[in-house]
Amino acid sequence: MFNQWEIAVHRKFIEIIKALIFTGIAIGTYAAHATPTLLNVSYDPTREFYQAYNTQFTAYWKAKTGQDISIRQSHGGSGKQARSVIDGLEADVVTLALAYDIDEIAQRSKLLPANWQTRLKFNASPYYSTIVFLVRKGNPKAIHDWNDLVKVGVQVITPNPKTSGGARWNYLAAWGYAIQQPGGSEKTAREFVSKLYKNVPVLDSGARGSTTTFVQRGIGDVLVAWENEAYLAVNQLGKNKFDIVTPTVSVLAEPAVSIVDKNVDKHKTRAAAVAYLEQLYSPQAQELIVKNYFRPQLQDVALKHQNMFPKLKLLTIDKDFGGWKRAQAVHFSDGGQFDQIYERGAH
Amino acid sequence: MTIGRPRIYMKSPSPLPGFGISLGYTLVYLSIIVLLPLAAVFSKTAAMGWHEFVAVGLSKRAIAAYKLTFGTAFVAAMTNAAFGLIVAWVLVRYEFWGKKFVDALIDLPFALPTAVAGIALTSIYAANGWIGRYLEPHGIKVAYTPIGISIALIFVGLPFVVRTVEPVLKDLGLDVEEAAASLGANRFATIRRVVLPAIFPALTTGVTLAFARAVGEYGSVIFIAGNMPFKSEIAPLLIIVQLEQYNYAGATAIATVMLAMSFFLLLVVNMLQSWARHRS
Amino acid sequence: MSDRPTLKGRHASVSEPRLVRWLLVAIALAFLCVSVVLPLVSVFSEALRNGVSAYIDSITDPDAISAIKLTLLVAFIAVPFNLVFGVAAAWCVSKFEFWGKSFLSTLIDLPFSVSPVISGLIYVLLYGAHGWFGPWLQAHNVHIIFATAGIVMATTFVTFPFVARELIPLMQEQGSDEEQAALSLGASGWQTFRRVTLPNIRWSLLYGVLLCNARAMGEFGAVSVVSGHIRGLTNTMPLHVEILYNEYNFVAAFSVASLLALLALVTLAVKSFLEWRHADELAAKHKH
Repeated sequence: MFNQWEIAVHRKFIEIIKALIFTGIAIGTYAAHATPTLLNVSYDPTREFYQAYNTQFTAYWKAKTGQDISIRQSHGGSGKQARSVIDGLEADVVTLALAYDIDEIAQRSKLLPANWQTRLKFNASPYYSTIVFLVRKGNPKAIHDWNDLVKVGVQVITPNPKTSGGARWNYLAAWGYAIQQPGGSEKTAREFVSKLYKNVPVLDSGARGSTTTFVQRGIGDVLVAWENEAYLAVNQLGKNKFDIVTPTVSVLAEPAVSIVDKNVDKHKTRAAAVAYLEQLYSPQAQELIVKNYFRPQLQDVALKHQNMFPKLKLLTIDKDFGGWKRAQAVHFSDGGQFDQIYERGAH
Repeated sequence: MTIGRPRIYMKSPSPLPGFGISLGYTLVYLSIIVLLPLAAVFSKTAAMGWHEFVAVGLSKRAIAAYKLTFGTAFVAAMTNAAFGLIVAWVLVRYEFWGKKFVDALIDLPFALPTAVAGIALTSIYAANGWIGRYLEPHGIKVAYTPIGISIALIFVGLPFVVRTVEPVLKDLGLDVEEAAASLGANRFATIRRVVLPAIFPALTTGVTLAFARAVGEYGSVIFIAGNMPFKSEIAPLLIIVQLEQYNYAGATAIATVMLAMSFFLLLVVNMLQSWARHRS
Repeated sequence: MSDRPTLKGRHASVSEPRLVRWLLVAIALAFLCVSVVLPLVSVFSEALRNGVSAYIDSITDPDAISAIKLTLLVAFIAVPFNLVFGVAAAWCVSKFEFWGKSFLSTLIDLPFSVSPVISGLIYVLLYGAHGWFGPWLQAHNVHIIFATAGIVMATTFVTFPFVARELIPLMQEQGSDEEQAALSLGASGWQTFRRVTLPNIRWSLLYGVLLCNARAMGEFGAVSVVSGHIRGLTNTMPLHVEILYNEYNFVAAFSVASLLALLALVTLAVKSFLEWRHADELAAKHKH
């Protein structure tokens, strides 16, 4: 009886040793990978897009250079992904939700130069989007613009801008709208966003969490979301259950892309990485971008699909908010405008 | 390990061998896996000034979050103490149909990723969920309130109580109880005087662990909490908030406060236990 | 466990009235129903919403398969490490009296109360590019964070106390009389441990390992910090579940989640089988 027990223990150990050896071999083979591999560290909503684009790009690269290339994807919250790259995740390219996150990588890890955003066209944003409203079918609460969101009895769903990069655009869009109103000032804007967040019953930690709260849990009258996310939610989760409402004013939401210089030099993948990002501006890629509900930068493609994307006044972070660094410090840092909304409420 | 010397550290000598090697191994492993990493947390926290530490780790908002976190964890641990004990008792002592299956279910809260548990519980207790739809009309809100947080924490902590009490209860032979009964004690007295004292250390351990686990829990709570500052914002979320600002020191500051509190509570419970053991 | 002959011919004096027994079972079942069964049922009902073939498709997807492999591998490494540690720690804490014992026990419990996010972050602080050992590791091209090694470490940390914690209360309850008897009869220390202690703690040990294993496979928070989320390479099952859920692919997300639940049930089945095989032995122990 004891012998059986011992034999079992021995077997287990042998299995463990085997597993360890296997891991060693696996790691070894990964290191000695023959085909060049690009690691694209991106944020959540671009998953479907890059899946399609990677197929397109591998074919393009093969045709152009005769070389096989494999592309690995990593997705997560934008800020978390940026931290991973800072902490040593060896991304060849980063494609994140806000330029601020890539700025942080540049500043904290020096893996890429500070002027990275000037290296590609359109502020290194091959696609853009804006913030819109998703309302329940037929728009029962008659929500048409930002001022409808602060009305008594309207429940607004938006994620926590402290934990979600995407949600910062939502907040800034509301702030920008208030400032643009006649007689608008920093003071009225502060009051406006305070009122708006008083109407928020649940602050999810990420954008997709908010969408689920709105769609699956049936909570709230309006979801403030990126346009591409709103389209995706409608098409994936309920074609006849929701309407998209475009406000008069919103922000130009520019997800930014860059190669990570030190990593591509280490991996000797610079040429492929640069081509990977440049090809995002090709007409084919821009069509894919539209398919994934982002707004394209190329004029021709944009014209072709103009019905899909209503025109509206778009504020920019650089002109209207003094750049990300300032916006971050004023609104989202500890004790900033956003925190004050709740701290005032607590007293 | 020094076989001859450890005796100095011993309170009372024991004839059993292996003290040096087991203690040595424990300490080495503990140092590598737990102490070294935690030292990194403390050193990061220590790098920030005292004022900064207070501003982040002891802000009003953080204190509200600690209260909520420790409060809901306590409620959950107590609930698990009562029901976990009953579940363990029933599983060890009684025969009923489907017992094996029920026994198998106990470990599930560990296996199910916490995020999945959170999503499942939210979908059950939200206003349009299986249970939520019956509670909502009566004005009882569970999802996105502290009640919801407690429910998630009960879920993650349950196995601790059941699984620590179960083996001891099993090991506790019936002979003592028979003896007590033959000496004229009624059933209730037997359980109170004989069974409960025997399983009490295990029960406290289980409850303490359930509590400790609940304090740090993030994945399952985040979906059901609602995350409203001062109302339903848990302390681990504040850690994430700090990280989002690339403020690692701020994150470790909150972690340090939580760790210090948990460590103190655990230490008190462990000391009480060893004191109780010596008295008996 | 139900095969316990000692309980069969039970004396009325060591049991409760039928009504009380019935009531306790009912309370236990009702509690488990609300707190465990319902969430589980909702997971399975979501998973099977589009039928069995959709379920099979989602768990045989290449990314899912690689996540399953990684999860099993991680558990396979982390659990034995903690098993050996657990036995050693339980031995010294429960069989000896020494200064600082409460302190040591508390340190063993500590990983439970560390928030998963921090459990991951500590390894970033140590082995990340800007961590204590980061520059050295980078210079030698060793990958710990955002690779399997980091995931194993985070998992080991999170599941660290399970085996020890499971054993300590039992071994304390058992005392060391039997071991001392064996020693006085001339058995060596190792023999005593193997022939006396191990059989006594076997079931507790098994529980500890099972819990440890279940938690190792299900851990989300800590692993999420050190994984890097590279599809098909460093995604474990819980992370894969999150990804699918965030893609609004609820069926696939819950399918993979239900698979984790099933894995837990399989380990439990193994436990039941062992208990059944050794039923007579258990019974013998209880008669002594």
